[in-house]
Amino acid sequence: MFIKHQTIERNAILLLVLALVAISIGGLVEIIPLFTIETTVEHVQGVRPYSPLEQAGRDIYVREGCYVCHSQMIRALKDEVERYGHYSLAAESMYDHPFQWGSKRIGPDLARVGGKYSSDWHYAHLKNPQALVPESLMPHYAFMADTALSYDNIGDKLHTLRIVGVPYTDEQIASAKSDLETQANPQADSKALLAHYPKANTVPGNGKQVTELDALVAYLQVLGTEVNFADTSEESLRQ
Amino acid sequence: MPTKIEKDSHTGTDTTGHVWDGIRELNTPLPKWWLYVFIATVIWALGWFLLYPSIPYGSGYWHGLLGYSSRGDAMSGLAAIHEQHKDAMDKIAKMPIADIARDPKLMETAITAGRITFANNCQPCHGPNGAGRVGYPALGDDVWLWGGKLTDIETTLTHGIRSSDPDARQSQMPAFGADGTLKPDQIEAVADYVGVWWGVVPASTDTKAGAQIYAENCVACHGEKGEGNRDAGGPPLNAKVHLYDGSRAFIVSQVNKPQQGVMPNWNTRLDPATIKSVALFVHSLGGGE
Repeated sequence: MFIKHQTIERNAILLLVLALVAISIGGLVEIIPLFTIETTVEHVQGVRPYSPLEQAGRDIYVREGCYVCHSQMIRALKDEVERYGHYSLAAESMYDHPFQWGSKRIGPDLARVGGKYSSDWHYAHLKNPQALVPESLMPHYAFMADTALSYDNIGDKLHTLRIVGVPYTDEQIASAKSDLETQANPQADSKALLAHYPKANTVPGNGKQVTELDALVAYLQVLGTEVNFADTSEESLRQ
Repeated sequence: MPTKIEKDSHTGTDTTGHVWDGIRELNTPLPKWWLYVFIATVIWALGWFLLYPSIPYGSGYWHGLLGYSSRGDAMSGLAAIHEQHKDAMDKIAKMPIADIARDPKLMETAITAGRITFANNCQPCHGPNGAGRVGYPALGDDVWLWGGKLTDIETTLTHGIRSSDPDARQSQMPAFGADGTLKPDQIEAVADYVGVWWGVVPASTDTKAGAQIYAENCVACHGEKGEGNRDAGGPPLNAKVHLYDGSRAFIVSQVNKPQQGVMPNWNTRLDPATIKSVALFVHSLGGGE
């Protein structure tokens, strides 16, 4: 028959062992599904690691706490898909450390904001949101236009991301600094940049120094643009 | 120490047999109805386990007898919404845009769809009802940079201006000053010439030198009398409607190093029928040709 409660309560070692067994069942139920992550992330074409400038912009996005008001997660609900575009895929944030899904929408979702507005619009809007959207509650970020981006360590950043699983190549890490400068300078030859990061959008810049605003706009302009949904069947996204 | 289960003399309830320092624990069971409802919900849950996606296994999961998926549900819900307007939107997609304008019923659908789409996508730049902003053209007036006919607006919406679309409308004003094509005094002269049209330079000013420079450098895109050239994307300069600024200093800075806007291509975000609807809406704002 069963071990009596009385027996367990009077035997410290037995109590400890059985408590561990009970807790580990709960733990395993949460952990085991992570071993099948390969089958959970959709197999879609086009998702690439962020370019150095975009990654620097992402760090500013996180630093400024943009996620407090903006989510990056279009849920699979018809009204969200109607407003923001195709629902977000797990694959689209597989190189995000950490992801920026968020749950609060004081501002609109930004998962597919890339390409929706011109880069000039983003510059103007980040400097003074109310000039373009009078009812906006967003703070002003004009100081970023005058703040030089600190990117001496950008190669190390990419290297660190590689340790946690973002597949940056040695070449991408070695050329991180020049790729970053190229993306913030429309006059520069962008051949190497585009070879490393297809479809990377060059931002206008101010021609003098790479600013934090340049990086942030480059990041915003890539959001949600990597997967071509015209070539992706709905069925392949339900696994 | 556990003791015998006995009735508590005070309440008449059974004890559990647990006693701590002489305090005995009463056994007050859950009400029967509550217990049965609880058991019923457990059985109910088993049914849901069967019907809906639930148990994960090795390389997949139990999909459920109903074959439900939240992604599929969202997309079919969306399809059902679109189904309501399908006949009208299909017609709009197929018909040449000018013919739609002649069909009042179809036009009603198109204008409504266009208004809603405009508010969500176009308003952040062009302002409510296309009122325009500094750097973003007003859409309700008669001045058009690339043409105000229905088909012109449709093309602009579809491919954008200086966007990443290969068929985007392209025009690139040279940086006459920054590139050294014109000297500072030449730029001042041409600013006088254009400034007279804008009414910011006295008409009595001697503009001969400026006229000469204008004829040599600007006519191709902006026209002989500043009427503009839509094929080349040269904005009219005699319209007294200003995209950025109406001052003489602005003419100087623009000739020196021009500002140029970008309009995104919408063919990757909106379907052709919706783009046509937006074109019809914009055309109806007052400036349509």
